[in-house]
Amino acid sequence: MPDRTDRLYPYARHPDQDAASPRRHPVTVVGGGPVGLATALDLGLRGVPVLLLDDQEGVGEGSRAICFAKRTLEIADRYGAAAPMLDKGVVWNLGKVFHEDRKVFEFNLLPEDGHRFPAFINLQQFHVERFLVDRIRTAQAEGAPIDLRGGNRVTQIDRQPDHTTLTVTTPDGPCEIETDWLVACDGASSPIRRMMGLDFDGRVFQDNFLIADITMTADFPTERWFWFEPSHRAGASTLLHRQPDGVWRVDFQIGWDIDRTEELREENVRRRLTAMLGPDVGYDLVWTSVYTFQCRRMTRFRHDRVIFAGDSAHQVSPFGARGANSGIQDADNLGWKLAMVIREEAPDTLLDSYDEERRHAADENILNSTRSTDFITPKSRVSHTFRNAVLRLAGRYDFARPLVNSGRLSVPCTYDGLSLTGADDLPGGPARTRPGSACPDAPLGDGYLLDRLRDGFTLLTIDAGAPDTLADGITIRRLALSAADDPTGALAARYLGQAASAVYLIRPDQHVVYRAATYDDTAVRRALRRTTCREDT
Amino acid sequence: MAKLNTRPNITAPDQFYAELIRTHEGLTDEESEALNARLILLLANHIGDAEVLTEALAAAREV
Repeated sequence: MPDRTDRLYPYARHPDQDAASPRRHPVTVVGGGPVGLATALDLGLRGVPVLLLDDQEGVGEGSRAICFAKRTLEIADRYGAAAPMLDKGVVWNLGKVFHEDRKVFEFNLLPEDGHRFPAFINLQQFHVERFLVDRIRTAQAEGAPIDLRGGNRVTQIDRQPDHTTLTVTTPDGPCEIETDWLVACDGASSPIRRMMGLDFDGRVFQDNFLIADITMTADFPTERWFWFEPSHRAGASTLLHRQPDGVWRVDFQIGWDIDRTEELREENVRRRLTAMLGPDVGYDLVWTSVYTFQCRRMTRFRHDRVIFAGDSAHQVSPFGARGANSGIQDADNLGWKLAMVIREEAPDTLLDSYDEERRHAADENILNSTRSTDFITPKSRVSHTFRNAVLRLAGRYDFARPLVNSGRLSVPCTYDGLSLTGADDLPGGPARTRPGSACPDAPLGDGYLLDRLRDGFTLLTIDAGAPDTLADGITIRRLALSAADDPTGALAARYLGQAASAVYLIRPDQHVVYRAATYDDTAVRRALRRTTCREDT
Repeated sequence: MAKLNTRPNITAPDQFYAELIRTHEGLTDEESEALNARLILLLANHIGDAEVLTEALAAAREV
């Protein structure tokens, strides 16, 4: 086992602490979890100087988030951090659902061919954090202006019209710094949200879950097993999931009226595990935790110059792995917008679209994770009766299987009809690549499409003519593809559908802005201005 | 030849299920049971076909 509390960025005294007056930074990110680290990387790789403050000095304790989705890997790949995640992660496709010990059915995620990344990997959050910090170190060496400071706790904020002053407590005492923009990635109990007195409302689920990460010698297959009402009674539901390093995540639903301290005593954790695994399976405990969950979000994610991302802004139940994955999508959405605003390439109203799009995504994630939670932990007798009827029917009839909901796994949100999303002028175009969608990957000869959609705005043309570059305040680079680049037919299936040619305007975060069958200069410029909030210019 | 369709046929299963559970919100167990009875009768009338209904009744009982 790696040391999970590695001091990856130990506190070091910084000249800011000795400055006569507070130093001003363009962007300060607070929080060194996956979302904060991703945000710092996104901005730093765009050349925007970014300061990241974390009250810890390295990765957090325990496995916590363990399931990272394809979209997260694609975003991490844009940051240059996906390879170690993929190397270390466990790929799984097969899931089994049990009810009262009887296997109801099994499902294969059957990942679609023609993507660089699998649908999901299982990987402990501390590994992800470590890989992101490693990538920050290499990016710094390559000149990316990222300043990572451990042991720096923000204890007070003072918001001014054009900046925010932070009081930062360090082992050498407090200091003040100023920042034009503040990105709060400081977790579900966000101290910054509290300092600002902002709401965080939603639904509390009256149930507790006990996590036990264990290593065992028994040779379980690499599958996701979910039990409803197992006869061992160790949990009202139980989930078994594999992680790297020979570790298994066991998740027991243990009810509302519990004594947390008692439940976490080793003999009590072992009593549940032994009931589940049987007396003959040897195992070691790696980490245990009891958690409750809530589905809630802030009313707004942007408060002028303070922006919330990840768990500080929205919280979901763990079913569906929509917490960390949606937080990484927040970073992906925010990075290019904040960089454009800081460079004065776009007005700061562009940041309102971060708020709009990611609230929309949070609502979708909350809806899905709430439905899963309601299925897993029915709240009334009739709800319980229907749930068990579904499970019973699903053992025999195909129709009931789509109704079984032990988590709907995270997929990127489509920004249908939102402010930045442009027109769909591609008759016969596939629904999955309509404006607002995150671009699905596709093989291109020796590489993949998403490798080619990086950094800025891209005009993707498939068997369509267009200028190679287009300058309109900002520069759009063209990616010209044709049938010859599409050996598997995946590009045509995903981007042409019934159309013979296509032109796609694609954002720096790989979401589609606008599409049409042929190049129309006026329409592309209009879509570009709309998606950068420069319609009036 | 079975006439009862037991292949997936509900367009948005999660949405339907949530709506079904929501319909019962705030009802006592007796009220829920009565609602379910009314619901079955409404759906049965919509289906109409006697063979399908007989198969469905048997499937529900035997599964």
